[in-house]
Amino acid sequence: MNRIQNAFQQDKKLLNIYFTAGYPQLESTVPILRALADAGADVIEIGVPFSDPLADGPVIQASSSVALQNGMNMRVLFGQLKDVREQVPNTPILLMGYLNPVMQFGVENFCREAAAAGVDGVILPDLPLDDYVAEYQDIFRRHNLRPVFLITPQTAPERIRRIDELTESFLYLVSGPGTTGGANTQAEGVQEAYFQRISDMNLRNPRLVGFGISDKQSFDAACQHAEGAIIGSALIKALEGTDDAPAAAAAFVSSIIK
Amino acid sequence: MTITPTYQQPTERGYYGQFGGAFIPEMLYPNVEELRQQYLSIMAEPAFQQEYQQLLRDYVGRPTPLFEAKRLSAKYNTRVFLKREDLCHTGAHKVNNTVGQILLARRLGKTRIIAETGAGQHGVATATVCALMGMECIVYMGEVDMERQKPNVYRMRLLGAEVRPASSGSKTLKDATNEAIRDWISNPVDTHYIIGSVVGPHPYPDLVARLQAVISEEMRKQLLEKTGSELPQYVVACVGGGSNAAGAFYHFLEDPEVKLVAVEAAGHGVHSGHSAATSVLGKPGIIHGARTLLMQDEDGQITEPYSLSAGLDYPGIGPLHAFLADAGRAQFISVTDDDALKAVVECSRLEGIIPALETAHALAVLDRIGAGPDDVVVINLSGRGDKDLETYIQQDLM
Repeated sequence: MNRIQNAFQQDKKLLNIYFTAGYPQLESTVPILRALADAGADVIEIGVPFSDPLADGPVIQASSSVALQNGMNMRVLFGQLKDVREQVPNTPILLMGYLNPVMQFGVENFCREAAAAGVDGVILPDLPLDDYVAEYQDIFRRHNLRPVFLITPQTAPERIRRIDELTESFLYLVSGPGTTGGANTQAEGVQEAYFQRISDMNLRNPRLVGFGISDKQSFDAACQHAEGAIIGSALIKALEGTDDAPAAAAAFVSSIIK
Repeated sequence: MTITPTYQQPTERGYYGQFGGAFIPEMLYPNVEELRQQYLSIMAEPAFQQEYQQLLRDYVGRPTPLFEAKRLSAKYNTRVFLKREDLCHTGAHKVNNTVGQILLARRLGKTRIIAETGAGQHGVATATVCALMGMECIVYMGEVDMERQKPNVYRMRLLGAEVRPASSGSKTLKDATNEAIRDWISNPVDTHYIIGSVVGPHPYPDLVARLQAVISEEMRKQLLEKTGSELPQYVVACVGGGSNAAGAFYHFLEDPEVKLVAVEAAGHGVHSGHSAATSVLGKPGIIHGARTLLMQDEDGQITEPYSLSAGLDYPGIGPLHAFLADAGRAQFISVTDDDALKAVVECSRLEGIIPALETAHALAVLDRIGAGPDDVVVINLSGRGDKDLETYIQQDLM
């Protein structure tokens, strides 16, 4: 059993927090990671900044630009994460980013470095399922890294089954149409029907709901239909303009789970 | 159906050699997959073809003339023909694609159209067909480009389209495309995205190439009439994403005796740090859902291209063109801002045709391709220069 699956053994709804590596300062990555874990985040996604993040809304885009200006890149990130498991031993850590920086770094190198740092999973939204199976699955497996795939309201049932088969961690349920950080604009009942439809499929992997979850209220609402939820943009907003980013990150986690 | 890949025809998953594919987030998968499964069969329907051909003839004004440019020919001591795409309705080749895609969108049951635009020509061509079909139209355009191409912004608005500024990154074509893709992610059910070039995830590069292929289809007939042979020695076109080049090359791709010349924007010079010469500066990477040659730094971050022309400053090229460059099927040449501007004046003075700044890059290579007195050189005159007048005035061309 891996750290991700262990986390889901707990009898509680899981809070998964996303933050961008190298934001607000280049050296913020590990202090924020540790603060999030200490404050009670159950799963942590570290965003690997990319110049053109297509699935992300304005908040994560802006944080990515700042991180890149700060000098964040794959080499710097893996340097920062070298001893991270001494500070954060048990919390599952995932890397979330886009395919091009991974390709340029080298998929094998990326997986080796991630595994060496104690990373548990990887989310690459623009990695197609077929390409993953054909070219990446063996490498991921060799390094014991779990991929996480997205499911949206438009994903067909047979495709959801296939994604579930390829997954040994959790399914990332995108809450509705839109990029990260957007408000839920769906008509009443539409989202519930979608969550219910997925729930009725009795999938083998647990589900976390992401996109548009911003506070305790939306977190609790999302958790009614899943094993937990993912928050990213709202956390990044809480870090804006603060002198003490780790403290702000911890306070944000407390505001959700206390 | 088994597809035999050729230069013209990508594999079933959209690959031209190592380039192409569909690297898209799951949110776009249903839309792109629906398009992939249906575009060939819809385009093969007799009713679609009839409507498309009729609009090309009666609305776009096709066939466009193939004009023998005798004074340019005399100056460069070769036989120069200009394929007059500048005479298409809306002033550029872009409308060939938008007419086809709007018919496709209607058959897919879509009611809302989005598009990206660089120079504004694709935006205008999209706004035009949306007005024609009574469909809602939103065009994303980089803030910098909105400033450079004001008349086109006004034309789109006059045609009833909403023009939304893209204010991230370099605020040009790449960023407008990002915003259009984000819009599509947010509106996955009712919206069709009319991509303006042979870029993006499969099937777009093939779809747009097929819709632009009418250019070379007409060229062959017209050349036979005017020169006694369907095949010229050279076909020359400018490349940003590469839609007009794809259309001009398409029906010559499998004729190896025809030399294909793709002209990129060198900006201030290929190695000046202010350039858009992707075939020289790019390496394989992923942009807007396709694996292609891409201008990027060593960390895989996409770099900001530069060209004075708003239609050529794209950090990638279509996967077909990346393959043509890789396979040596097309020769890639780059032309600086200054040389393009000289070509604007030359074509205006010698032939009475004011070309678009993008097109002028193609006109600027006549002394660089080695064409002899008996050779036939077809230059795709992809657009007219009206939209660039303000730039030409600022550059003080006279």
